[in-house]
Order: sequence, then C-alpha cells, then structure tokens
Amino acid sequence: MLGYLARRFLLLGLMLFGLLCITFVISHVAPGDPARLAAGPDATASMVETLRVQYGLDRPLLVQFGQYLRGVLGGDLGRSLRTRETVASDLARYFPNTFELVTGAMLLAVGLGIPLGILSAVYRDTWVDQLTRVVSVSGIALPAFWLGLMLQLLLALELGLLPLGGRLGLMATPPAPVTHLLVVDAILAGQWRVLGDALAHAVLPTVTLCFPALASIVRVNRAEMLETLKQDYIVNARAQGVSELRIVARYALKNAMIPTLAMIGLRYGWMLGGTVLVETVFDWPGIGLYAVASAVSSDFQPIMGVTLVIGLNFMLANFLVDLAYGWLDPRVRPSLST
Amino acid sequence: MNMNRAVPSGSLSTWLAGHHGASRELRFYARVFARSAASRLGLGLVLVFLLMAALGPWIVPYPEDARGAVHLDEKLRPPSVRHWFGTDEVGTDIYTRVVLGTRVSLRIGLIITLLAAAIGVPLGIVAGYIGGPLGETIMRVTDVFLSVPALVLALAIVGALGPGITNVIVALGLVWWPGYVRLVQSKTLALKGQVFVEAARAVGTGRLRIVFVHILPNCVSPITVKASMDMGSAILAAAGMGFIGLGAQPPYPEWGAMISHGRNYLPTWWWYSAFPGLFIYLTVLGFNLLGDGLRDILDPQSRG
Repeated sequence: MLGYLARRFLLLGLMLFGLLCITFVISHVAPGDPARLAAGPDATASMVETLRVQYGLDRPLLVQFGQYLRGVLGGDLGRSLRTRETVASDLARYFPNTFELVTGAMLLAVGLGIPLGILSAVYRDTWVDQLTRVVSVSGIALPAFWLGLMLQLLLALELGLLPLGGRLGLMATPPAPVTHLLVVDAILAGQWRVLGDALAHAVLPTVTLCFPALASIVRVNRAEMLETLKQDYIVNARAQGVSELRIVARYALKNAMIPTLAMIGLRYGWMLGGTVLVETVFDWPGIGLYAVASAVSSDFQPIMGVTLVIGLNFMLANFLVDLAYGWLDPRVRPSLST
Repeated sequence: MNMNRAVPSGSLSTWLAGHHGASRELRFYARVFARSAASRLGLGLVLVFLLMAALGPWIVPYPEDARGAVHLDEKLRPPSVRHWFGTDEVGTDIYTRVVLGTRVSLRIGLIITLLAAAIGVPLGIVAGYIGGPLGETIMRVTDVFLSVPALVLALAIVGALGPGITNVIVALGLVWWPGYVRLVQSKTLALKGQVFVEAARAVGTGRLRIVFVHILPNCVSPITVKASMDMGSAILAAAGMGFIGLGAQPPYPEWGAMISHGRNYLPTWWWYSAFPGLFIYLTVLGFNLLGDGLRDILDPQSRG
C-alpha cells in the first residue's frame, strides 16, 4: 500500500507540473501578447512596455517559464486589474464559498444518487425505475444555468419561498471567520439565525449544481447494481437464503460502488466547471463568479488563477478517489500502480 | 447483345447475394433501435432540429428579426397567436429567433465535435498503435487536459484570445479532444492484439495500411456514439459561454446569449429566457438519447 501511495503522489506531482505547463502556454505563448493581457484593455503602449520589462516578458521563453514556476509555487498569481488586490488574496476570499457549494452539491448528489440507483436496479422496470430514468436523462441534458433561472423564477420570484441569490441576506451579519466556511462558522459561533439564512441561500444553487451529477451517479450505480446482482456469488447467496436486504447492502453494493466512485471523482470536476455558470446565476460569491467577472472585463490573471485552483482541486479529488479505490478493491492496487 | 445484358444482371445478383448478410444486419439493427422508445424519441428530436436548421428562414414568420430588426411598438408581448413565444425588449419575435438559433447551435456543436475528433482520433491511434515513449507522452498530456474541467480551461483560452463566437468554438474544440484520445487508444490497443491485425502484419502489410484498413474502420462505431453524445454536450457548453457573455453578441440568435439577456426581464417577461432554454434542453436530450440508442446497437459491450 505504501508503494501504491508513493506512486500516486509522484503522479499527482507530475500532473500538477503538466497543468502549470498548460497555463503557461495559454498565458505566455498564446497569440495574445501576455504583457498586453496583463496590462488590461485600457493600457497605453508605454504601460505595456513597462510591464513587459517588469515581468521579464522580454526574456527567452524558458527563462520566463522558470520565473512563472517560481512565482506560482511561491503563491504569486499576479494582480487583478478589477479588484486591485492580488489574485491569491481574492482566491482565498472566494474559494471557501465555492468549496461549500460544491461539497454540499456533491453530498446531495451522492446521498440521493446511490439510493436511487439501488432502488432503480432492485425494482427494475417498475415506476420507480422509470421515474429515476427520466431524472437521469434530463439531468444531463438540462442546461444548469437555465434550470437555475427557472428555479429562481418559480421558487424565489413567484412563490417567494427562498432568497433569489447571494450568500447572505442584507440584514445578516456574518460570523467571525474561523474556517471561512460560512455554515461552519455560524455553527461555531452559535448564530442560528445566520446559519438558517446561509442555508436558505444555499438551497437553490446546491440543487441546481447537484442535478447533472445526480443524473450520472444514478445511471452508473443502477447499471453496476444490475450487473452485480446477476453474478454467481449473489445467486449463491440467494440460494443459501441470505435476505435480499443483506444481499443488496452487504454483497452487491460494495462491488457496484467501484465504478460509481470513479464517476463521483469525474463528476466532481464537472461540478467545479459547472459552478462557474451556477454561481453566475445565483450571484454566489465564489471563484466561478470571480472568474466570469474577470473574463467579461478582460482581466486575465484572475482567470489563470482560478484555472489553477480548480485544476488542483480536481486532481486532489481524483487522488482521493484512487486511494478509496485501492481500499474498496484490493485487486486494483497492483494494476493501478503500474 | 444478350451477353451484354447478362453481365450486369449477373453481377447484380452476385452483389445482392454478397450483401444479403449486410442488409439483414442493417434490418436487425433498425429493429433493435426501434424497440426502445427512448431511442425513437432521440432520433425524432434530432431529425426535427436538423429540419429546423435546414429550413429555418423559410418556416419562421419574421426572418428579419434575427438580423437586428426593431419593432418597439411590439416589445415584450406575451406568447400569443401572432408571436408564439412572445417578443423581446426590442419587439422581435422570440419564436423566430429561437428557431433560427437551431442552425447556429447545431453548427457550433458540429464544428467543436469535428475539431475534437480531428485532434483526438489521430493522437489516439498513434498512442495505441505505435505506443512507446511517444504514446506514453500523449497519454500523460491527455490526462493533464482531462484534469481541468473543459469549461474552465475554455474560459482561460477565451480569456487569452478575447471574447467572440469564433474564439469560443476554437477554445472548446481545443479542450474537447482528450476523450477521443482515451477512447481510440484503448480500442486500438485491443484491436492490435486481434488475430486479423496480426495476420495482416505477418503478410507484410504496411503500418499505414493496417491503421486505415483494419484499425480505423473498427473504431468508427464507438467514435460515432461518442460524437453523438458530444454534439449534445458541446451545444450545452457553447450555450454556457454565450450565457456568461463571452460568446455570440446580439442580435446574433444564439440560445445561451438570449437566456442571458432574458434574465434581466424575469419574472414578468418569463418567456424571454424560458423558450431558448427549452430548445437547448430538447436538442441536447435528442443527441443524448440518439447516442444511447446507437450505443445499444453499435457497441453493446460498453453500455453503462
């Protein structure tokens, strides 16, 4: 297991290096002049030249790449033209909100998706199954941003049940930041009204973001459960009189979970992408909204910062999934470690 | 004279005999496909949208409305007999714009998918068939690209190139290929070990010929299935970029951009965003269901 872990770590490092290569190519080699991109659309020619020398953009590409690596690894992601802050401090401010949203949506997707997948497989071709299939087919085809708008229209604007957007109501004072996760901080401070407000604001974006992931988790889990329930060892367990509940929960689910887990890892990445759109719809102050606001105002360095943070998160998530894989299925270890 | 007539009819009957198996196979496929209501729905939706894209300007009531016409006296009218989907803030017919948007979105989806396949398929074949350090490098680079959500990477590329519909297509095409590399590489690896490829190699068939005659035709089915699914997701992604405001600019009839503008007129003028979104949903649904149906007949092992 230790060797497996070490190889996974090495691979993670290599992937991270690859990601830095991609962001470097986009920001330094792409047809747009990097100095002009960094200076923004309103800069004069002399300002661009000053920046070019200041950032060393007049030097050979390899030297620039070295500088870039040193900068990023030291936490220097440049400066936002729009907020006038460093990108690193902006990201630190907005990332916890995104993390809360994505984690909540993923928990919801897994918490609903796995039971629905099991039910759908066990009660195959009944109305439960049909309904689940409608959900799973629609979930992938519905544009998340449109679904968000329609939920807003119905639940916030027409019925007034939930807030329209944002992270907190105007009247609420956020609790003292400890973890920077609003929900956790509110619990720690015992501010229950703030907690309720924060959760109410989170309902619509979480549901919207969770939907596509829910759809694919249900789909994969159902297919895998059906496949597993056909296996000889399940037939054998049935013949021995093991109860159906025990067969599903104890014998089938664990094997069906392996591909489902891979799907969860993959979907986590899609969610990090989808959060860009969902945050825009709900004015959720996370890195997705930050990236969009920067992209619209041609503020380049924050977008690269967000790309790095999201890529890094996705890699870490897949790293954890790989570890869980090895834990769930010992047979996977040797084959994955080669 | 008789001889002349006999030759073609003789060759026709041999042709039929030779292709009897193929036409029977085709009918079998059609039966399997038609058995699933979902597949039929998918095919139906895709055909409807293809027709809409082809006939667009001739079937809409106000074709000039997609080119920036303004009728301020008609602005923000609710759905009615004259305007099925209502009108927007400058009085143009939303039904017209949405139907004409079909052509825009299908074209965007098609270009992105073709671009992705054109980059991914050759790389996948090289990685699978030649392998070695080159193949290993291709696969690792693919992994890195797969480790950043496509939409985020596309956002970064559009950030560098500047906003606009062409740049969105280029950016999405540039981030969409890794899936094809994975698919084609694993398929090529599997085919490479098959007896018929080994036999071809044993009789001295060249590499290129093996790839084009023996490997590529066998990859067509999974590529078709993936491309059908990708048409849906590419349309969705491009609409997302339009919604953010980086894609098409008005008055160009692009669904994502229309939803984004309509957003400012919620909740009173709900039809402005509702109908373009419905069209995105139905198009993507159609391509996904079609892809599912195609997979059931072309590539049954990989169902999931």
